[in-house]
Amino acid sequence: MHRYEKIWLTVSSVLIIGFTLIVGYQAFAMDLGPPSDMETIDPQKVDSTAPFDEPGITQIGDKEYEVVMTLQAFSFTPRDLEFPEGSTVHFIMTSKDVVHGMQIAGTNFNAMITPGHVTRMTQTFDEAGDFLVICNEFCGTGHEMMSTEINIR
Amino acid sequence: MTNQQTIEGIPQTEKGHVKDRLKKFMGVQRKDATLAKAYMIVSFVSLLLGALLGLVQGLNRAGLFELPYWFNYYQVLTSHGLLLVLIFTSFFMIGYFYAGISNTLDGLSNGVRKLGWSAFWTKIAGALLAVSQVLIGEATVLYTFYPPMAASVWFYLGLTLIVLGIWQSCFGVFISAAKWRKANKGQRLPILAFFAVGGFVLLFFSSLFVAAEVLFMIIPWTLGWVETINVMVARTLFWAFGHTLVNIWYLTAVSAWYVITPKIIDGPRFSDTLTRVVVVLLVVLNIPGGFHHQIVDPGISEPIKYMHVYMSLVIGFPSLMTAYAMFYIFEKSGRKKGAKGLFGWFKKLPWKDARFLALFIAMASFIVGGAGGIAQTMHQLNQVVHNSLWVVGHFHVTLGMTAAMTFFGVSYWLIPHISGRQLTPKMNRFAWWTTIVWAIGISIMSLVMHYVGLLGAPRRTAFTEYMGNATASSWDPYLLLIAGGATIMTIGIIMQVYTVFHLMFRAPKGEEEFPIGEAEEGNAIKLPYWTERWSVWILLMWATIAMAYVVPLVEMMINGAPGSPPQRTW
Ligand code: HEM
Ligand SMILES: [Cu+2]
Ligand SMILES: [Cu+2]
Repeated sequence: MHRYEKIWLTVSSVLIIGFTLIVGYQAFAMDLGPPSDMETIDPQKVDSTAPFDEPGITQIGDKEYEVVMTLQAFSFTPRDLEFPEGSTVHFIMTSKDVVHGMQIAGTNFNAMITPGHVTRMTQTFDEAGDFLVICNEFCGTGHEMMSTEINIR
Repeated sequence: MTNQQTIEGIPQTEKGHVKDRLKKFMGVQRKDATLAKAYMIVSFVSLLLGALLGLVQGLNRAGLFELPYWFNYYQVLTSHGLLLVLIFTSFFMIGYFYAGISNTLDGLSNGVRKLGWSAFWTKIAGALLAVSQVLIGEATVLYTFYPPMAASVWFYLGLTLIVLGIWQSCFGVFISAAKWRKANKGQRLPILAFFAVGGFVLLFFSSLFVAAEVLFMIIPWTLGWVETINVMVARTLFWAFGHTLVNIWYLTAVSAWYVITPKIIDGPRFSDTLTRVVVVLLVVLNIPGGFHHQIVDPGISEPIKYMHVYMSLVIGFPSLMTAYAMFYIFEKSGRKKGAKGLFGWFKKLPWKDARFLALFIAMASFIVGGAGGIAQTMHQLNQVVHNSLWVVGHFHVTLGMTAAMTFFGVSYWLIPHISGRQLTPKMNRFAWWTTIVWAIGISIMSLVMHYVGLLGAPRRTAFTEYMGNATASSWDPYLLLIAGGATIMTIGIIMQVYTVFHLMFRAPKGEEEFPIGEAEEGNAIKLPYWTERWSVWILLMWATIAMAYVVPLVEMMINGAPGSPPQRTW
């Protein structure tokens, strides 16, 4: 093997191992792992299974809220959410039919909402504004209409 | 084959020569060429149709073109995906490797050629069946067909036929390689055939996953034999295949980089042994990468996802070796032509040769594509870009530039070679401009898609104003740029398809070379045989697959979510 070859192979290995370690550190030490909830639910009985039998917003502390949300073709329930600036919001979500996505544009909030699974995510809104919430997984012919807003005042 | 016996006992070096002459006598190659031509015609017709649909998408998303209700955006997108990911690429791959095998393994046997034709018609029947269901609105499920969306059963039967066709084409390659090895005991398979075996091994084993999804899960469920389907298992099986498929086109492209480029630029091939190591690594490590499509899915635990980040990043290793190999052969060929200094070789490359330019831009764009791929495999970054237009930008760079542009570069000599015609200087110039136009168009579209994806614009979404939301309207200028890029790309594709058909039916008759580079080691030394132990590589491949899939799949099946009934949301 040539000397350059050895150098290059070493650099390649260091790069790959380095990236892996960074991801690991972020995921496990900084708790920045991707949404990976293992909780399940019968997708045919969402309407009668707590907490999704009563979707909505509950205030659980000072500027802290819990949102129980169902996604279905082609809407979010509840919709048009409003919170004061600086609120921390815990979302609990599931799908009533097909696979949906939920993304809050301009934030890192991005998750697949698959039928049969419950996804929990938390987002803090530090700035005022009208945040666009969209479904970002194709879910049928009304997919491009599936959106709502989170208004932070 | 009779020529095998005739040339028994002739010394190594002369053997090749005699074989060449015999091949011409036998006319075997002509029949193989017809087969390869049939595959190429289907491939490039699908490319044209797919590109026109792509243009429609680009224009629609920018609000410039309204689609009728009987052929909506998602029918267009399903067809675009199927035509380009499943048909254009796989027909090209089979045509190219069958021509390559015919060339380097002394022609296809009658049996293999028949298998090639039967694969061809099976795939055509499957494709027509599947696409017809999309056209009549019975299968608006995109090419990923995620359950619990359920298309008509005919759509899935069409896919099944396509997979059956793929399997036949795989067996054709395996039989050819086995035959050659038996007749040439102890010798390494010629390098292009080695790449072919690697590609078709991946194709065969990865398609088992999607076959399992379609045959054992989806079809019984759409027919109502079972009530519900396990959504996560289906997604996982799909991506074991879908991800690998993309890497198979990449492997096909890489074969041309390693084998064809050296001959075109008049340099040696990179080390024969290391080249084979790259192929083997790509085969052994590939299938687990599918999980990086599911980084933000629920139902897969974090440690498992973390293991897959590593398994995905490791695929970068052979690619980094490839980067090294390419600079190596460029430099060698430059030195041979008298280049001096650190970068003198750059000027000595045949920039005016379309066969080279297309391959070079394809390689260069893989640096961008590879870097983007590494970025989005990492958890946190993935969460930012998942399902945004960033991803669409990424795979137009990797598929549309790296893979498709290599295919274009190959077509400039392969099509005339199998058609008994020549690439004239005039057509070379036209092909050169084709390459430039396509590169400009796709660069614009992909770069803008990356950027607007970071801003949050979603993929797979028809024109929408999201009820006048300000964030959504801030994306509009970028969507217009995407439409512009899409228009330039479409011009490039029309030029490309014109080039292909001109070279097939109109160009002056003559002989165009099938450029295969000579091994750097030369033919003098006998090379070790361990690289040829495919049974070992396949075992190792299954070991990595088992490491990657057994735990999560078992978890999904045993502790998995209650299933979903079929849904029709279109
Ligand atoms: C003129 C050429 C092309 C144009 C204008 C074009 C345009 C587009 C656009 C705008 C999208 C995004 C649609 C969306 O997410 O809403 C798209 C998706 C896609 N394109 Fe292309 N494209 C072209 C060629 C190609 C080629 C050559 C390939 C592959 C070999 C390809 C593969 C794909 C794939 C796999 C998708 C994703 C489909 C899906 O999300 O289901 N495209 N294309
Ligand atoms: Cu949707
Ligand atoms: Cu992938």
